[in-house]
Amino acid sequence: MSAPGAIVIGASAGALEALSVLLPALPASFASPVFVVVHLPPDRKSILAEIFQAKCRIPVHEAEDKEPIMAGTIYFAPPNYHLLIETENSLALSSDEPVRYSRPSIDVLFESAADTYGPALTAIVLTGANPDGADGLRRIGLAGGTVLVQDPTEAMAPEMPLAALAACPTAQVLPLAGIASFLLGV
Amino acid sequence: MHDKIEDIEIRLLLEALFLKYHYDFRKYAAASVKRRLRQAKEAMGFETFSAMQEALLHDASMLPRLLGYLTVQVSEMFRDPSYFRAIREKVVPHLRTYPSLRLWVAGCSEGEELYSLVILFREEGLEDRTLFYATDINQDALARAEAGVFDLERIQHFTENHRQSGGHSSLSSYYSAAYGRASFDKTLRKQVVFADHSLVTDAVFAEMHLISCRNVLIYFDRELQDRAIGLFKDSLARKGFLGLGAKENLRFSGHAGAFLDFVREEKIYQRRTE
Repeated sequence: MSAPGAIVIGASAGALEALSVLLPALPASFASPVFVVVHLPPDRKSILAEIFQAKCRIPVHEAEDKEPIMAGTIYFAPPNYHLLIETENSLALSSDEPVRYSRPSIDVLFESAADTYGPALTAIVLTGANPDGADGLRRIGLAGGTVLVQDPTEAMAPEMPLAALAACPTAQVLPLAGIASFLLGV
Repeated sequence: MHDKIEDIEIRLLLEALFLKYHYDFRKYAAASVKRRLRQAKEAMGFETFSAMQEALLHDASMLPRLLGYLTVQVSEMFRDPSYFRAIREKVVPHLRTYPSLRLWVAGCSEGEELYSLVILFREEGLEDRTLFYATDINQDALARAEAGVFDLERIQHFTENHRQSGGHSSLSSYYSAAYGRASFDKTLRKQVVFADHSLVTDAVFAEMHLISCRNVLIYFDRELQDRAIGLFKDSLARKGFLGLGAKENLRFSGHAGAFLDFVREEKIYQRRTE
């Protein structure tokens, strides 16, 4: 049986604005789980889940360890933990060392999601000022997943999309509005 | 199908590790284990996990290196200061009512959580009546915990955490600094027993009043988490306390009914009286 699809998103500087275009666009009927890593300060509680729960039509959680994966639900990685996809039914957290100074790391999420979902995965790299996510996006591409990168000319911080494109040249480059319409067709 | 072959190889490697050396990682959370094993494979220069498995079976000197990848956790002293503040302000008043106490830091790794709790108990005047058990499956990590030496560059962060946790002494009074290292005072270890103990295969060894096990269970799958939580349940005195990591919880455990939320937002639970 093939895995049901899933969406993974990575963003850093400018994430709030970019996600505010994408996530509220998802309809109440959206069927895939959505996993999001945003770089956050490690020593403060995150209010991302609350902010987006108020804006979105589907449930938004900050991920808890071994939480079951529900269709049509957005999961944010908590500060100071990596978020990994354990199986199609369960996510997991780890406090392994930061990767490229980041915990949560986009690469860690993307790599585990590629292992679990293979071609049924859609990955999106948004605005950010560092190269996290590039290696992970390349792996997702190699595993047959769909890879999208926010148009660097539109991104608030272009480094992350540019690094992702350098590592994964087959990725489609789209503006946020284009990514949003793409997701509606998933 | 390449990935599926890798999954088979990893299962066989973990089976070999168990059959030959009795270290059981078969029920660890798969995604983290895979990540750590990939790092080990690359660092040790193996092409495949099958090659690694063959080497492991015939060369015991590989074991400590591999365990290093699979088990070592870097934490911080007073990580999540609000957890330690809750222990200090909400749990300690209950513990004061006991003439003698036993505390268990399960999966102590290199000792950051242990030293945090010993210092907190000293500040609260409970250290002398408390026996602290610090356990781990990694002998190297236990030896480092027993040595109590940390990089000096980490100390500034530990000091800030300690202050935020409500610490009312100066962290600098517990260590001496030299050559870029901070060596914690050996008197902090006078009430501590360091021991090799596995939450996967070992049993209850004493009755505890407080068990602190933070960011260890996240590395287990749900079945193994359940075993460990059952072990904590059976180890705790009635009304004893269990503290978990900020993003861990008992919600998915079959033993959830044996515990009350004591400080819900800090994942501090209390054993029910039956």
